[in-house]
Amino acid sequence: MTKQHVTTSINGDEIEFLCETEQTLLDILRDELQFIGTKEGCGSGDCGACSVIVDGRLVCACLMLGVEAQGKKIETIEGIATKEELHPLQQKFIDHAALQCGFCTPGFLVASKALLEKNPNPTETEVRYWLAGNLCRCTGYDKIVRAVLDAAQEMRGASA
Amino acid sequence: MRYEAPDSLDAATELLSSEPGVSRILAGGTDLLVQMHAGMTEPDLIVDIKKIPDLRAIVAEDSGFRIGAAVTGAEMGEHRELKSAWPGVVEAVELIGSTQIQGRATPGGNLCNASPAADSVPAMVAAGATVTVVGTEGTREIPVQEICTGPGQTSLKKGEIVVSFKLPARPSRSGDAYLRMTPRTEMDIAVVGVGVNLTMDQEGNCIDARVAIGAVAPTVLLVPEAAAALIGTKVDESALAELASAASAACRPIDDKRGTKKYRIKVAGVLAKRAAKIAVERAGQSL
Repeated sequence: MTKQHVTTSINGDEIEFLCETEQTLLDILRDELQFIGTKEGCGSGDCGACSVIVDGRLVCACLMLGVEAQGKKIETIEGIATKEELHPLQQKFIDHAALQCGFCTPGFLVASKALLEKNPNPTETEVRYWLAGNLCRCTGYDKIVRAVLDAAQEMRGASA
Repeated sequence: MRYEAPDSLDAATELLSSEPGVSRILAGGTDLLVQMHAGMTEPDLIVDIKKIPDLRAIVAEDSGFRIGAAVTGAEMGEHRELKSAWPGVVEAVELIGSTQIQGRATPGGNLCNASPAADSVPAMVAAGATVTVVGTEGTREIPVQEICTGPGQTSLKKGEIVVSFKLPARPSRSGDAYLRMTPRTEMDIAVVGVGVNLTMDQEGNCIDARVAIGAVAPTVLLVPEAAAALIGTKVDESALAELASAASAACRPIDDKRGTKKYRIKVAGVLAKRAAKIAVERAGQSL
């Protein structure tokens, strides 16, 4: 079967790829484009490890077909830091030791970034509900929530 | 596996009806891609309906709302007028999955996936919503509860697409609410779900009501006996007790890993009471 030609934007760069219909955006990112920061956990939308932002919406890359990326703006974990410095969320995850094995971390960071873009001053409850679709099997939720709240505070200060 | 993303309904129904093999509609994909991943379905044709404008809009119509079947949960949650008129419908849609799922999942998909535990369906049925279904042979407008015929089964014919949901005009002093029981607050599937929609008069009497229950039968059920327990009352404790009995009596649940029959029957009554109280409170605020 002929592969489909897709043109999309990933972290601000225009990228073209060929894909089979059944390949998910996650398959494309990891296997075809080597954006391996986005992780595959469950492959069924339960764990959030493959969280990416598509046209401003947080989604699971495993639940979107690669071919649906045509004309979209995609943001992945690779686009979070600048060349010079880490994103405040990344720095706060380090400061708060908000990771153990690190497998869930890219998903948590992308999801948290989407939250703070929508709501720069979330309550702890809002953070916990927003991140309910991201699973951490090292059970580090408390430190993650604290890191997100701390990053939010710092980012509000920086933009004030 | 062929992928098509037509920009018109005519093209979409034509593609679906002329495909000799297995065809599946792709809206948010939060059920379809899971089923493909699990090997439960291997379509020959996937028709992505998100490029059809009618399916992607929420518009005010006849003092009610028309919601495109492929609008996302997140978009419904952000629609202030819709949320204010139909808080129960919107809260039910917003209970589906995580933030990530909300970015993609749609009311059309939640209905057509035909899970007995779909959260949006009892709220839509209680709301008296209808759906517009378009196929190669024309258009029909049917009540939401006529779509699902059993777990994973719908009354849709080959080539037919659910295009939109119509929520009717809202009389004064109306309120709706949806509650579900799940062991985990988020990211879980309803053990029982109950939608209540009612209208009160100026004296505080309930003059109209609809009650629907989910996850307690092969399809979501509209329960006229439960509504009758509310109509003509002040929704006091005795009316609520009647409501609970009627809701429980309508249940035909199964025992499964999420809950026993006995538990589901009991909880349906409890949730019906609680949802009715919230609906009454909301009716009081919508003058």
